[in-house]
Amino acid sequence: MSTLPSAQVPIEPDAENSSPPSQVVTMDRHSVLVRVTHWVITLSFFALVLSGGEIIVSHPRFYWGETGNVLTKPLFKIPIPASRNLVPTGYGYVLPDQNGWSRGLHFQSAWVLVGMGLLYVVGGILSGHLRRNLLPGKRDLSWRSLVGVITHHLRIQETQGGLESYNALQRLTYLLVVFILFPLVIWTGLAMSPAFDGVFPATVNWLGGRQSARTIHFFVSVALVLFLFVHVAMVWREGFVSRVRAMITGRAATGKERA
Amino acid sequence: MSKISRRKMITTGVATAAGISALGVAAHLATKYGLVPPDHGGLYGPGETLTYASLRLLTQHSMAREFSRSQISARPLQNEVAPFSEEFKRFQAGKFIDWRLTVDGMVERPSTFSVDQLKSYPSHSQITEVVCEEGWSYIAEWNGIPLSYILNLVGAHPQAKYVFYFSIEPDWWESMDMADALHPQTFLTYGMNGDELPVGNGGPLRMRLPRQLGYKSVKFLNRLILTDDVKRFGKGLGSISPEQGYAWYAGI
Repeated sequence: MSTLPSAQVPIEPDAENSSPPSQVVTMDRHSVLVRVTHWVITLSFFALVLSGGEIIVSHPRFYWGETGNVLTKPLFKIPIPASRNLVPTGYGYVLPDQNGWSRGLHFQSAWVLVGMGLLYVVGGILSGHLRRNLLPGKRDLSWRSLVGVITHHLRIQETQGGLESYNALQRLTYLLVVFILFPLVIWTGLAMSPAFDGVFPATVNWLGGRQSARTIHFFVSVALVLFLFVHVAMVWREGFVSRVRAMITGRAATGKERA
Repeated sequence: MSKISRRKMITTGVATAAGISALGVAAHLATKYGLVPPDHGGLYGPGETLTYASLRLLTQHSMAREFSRSQISARPLQNEVAPFSEEFKRFQAGKFIDWRLTVDGMVERPSTFSVDQLKSYPSHSQITEVVCEEGWSYIAEWNGIPLSYILNLVGAHPQAKYVFYFSIEPDWWESMDMADALHPQTFLTYGMNGDELPVGNGGPLRMRLPRQLGYKSVKFLNRLILTDDVKRFGKGLGSISPEQGYAWYAGI
């Protein structure tokens, strides 16, 4: 596993070694591990969102607790037509049933995502990627520092040293996505399996029941899609082509070029 | 430079060969221990196989969750079914007295059972949830007899690998492996919440596999066939579901 040479580049602007290397024009940005898992997970995530959305179309009603169906009161409904006659949607028509391939795609993509996610986390621990690039420094976690980063973002200013390393807000967001949102969406997905929850009843009982698991699964997925939008917007602001090229080739122009 | 790339090439080659042989060994073991579903071909075959193999290993002896009487749904949902055939309507008019369940295939004593005969055997009940692949669910008490009781009665051959089961309604048949067929919660169900099983919930006779999604719990059951050869039925994918785009194994 190749290590991230960006570690040689100062993380904090005030570190003793802060002058940018003058003779280097490009630098290593992302390791092979990060690039491969990033794009495979991107693909499987798109497949999961597409197929997950399709599955919702067969029953666009959400409940809380163990059971829920058209005879019980929903927590909320999504105002779309359904692919089943059973669901009263108020629309005068029923969409074609697409659940078969949607479920096949959903679970196959979930396997890919879980495999790549494990590879990323285990590889990230072994290579030091998580410690170096995602764990925020103690100093960055102070309110003053965080507020500074947020204000910076809100003013839509170009961040400093963005190519060399992640700022504290990015680090916290990525940690939230990798260690909270994805585990939660996998857990709530498994909790909906009648075979799996027989072996581990707590996985569904702790959530308040099967329908609660389904509802949480939906909201965590929405949170992940929101993250994707913000992520792409940030990439866009920082220079879409250069950032995407860095995530594909692993190389990026140094800050010197932009100065 | 050339030394490094040669070393790299050899390492890559060895790793690839190791990977391919590991896959081969895994496939061989999976087939040997019955971890490959009948619908393992096709675009989503790898996913179906991973899901079936891992859940089969994990859930060999596990029980589906059972619930308390107070959790039984006030109104058990009766979801839509296609209009009934004339044949079914005749049985219904006769209060299902002439309804028969035929059991044959790899058994010592091919047999037929009336619903009353099934009711004469020791009755069991379970309070389990019907979970539809669409997302909805309800809890009911199911009264019936474990399928394993009937398999003992007819003398199932130890070589049998699957139980195929059929609805009287057209294009409605499924199969399960022996781990599910012998599972204590797999029921031939003739009653619900202490009453007759309503036609809307699959009466007079319904298969219940609470560890799989609702579509494996075939309604209006009238035939079981034990076999070791899935190729004999339909397109050989184990049930009608894969022919309609759905997975044969529905544990998730």
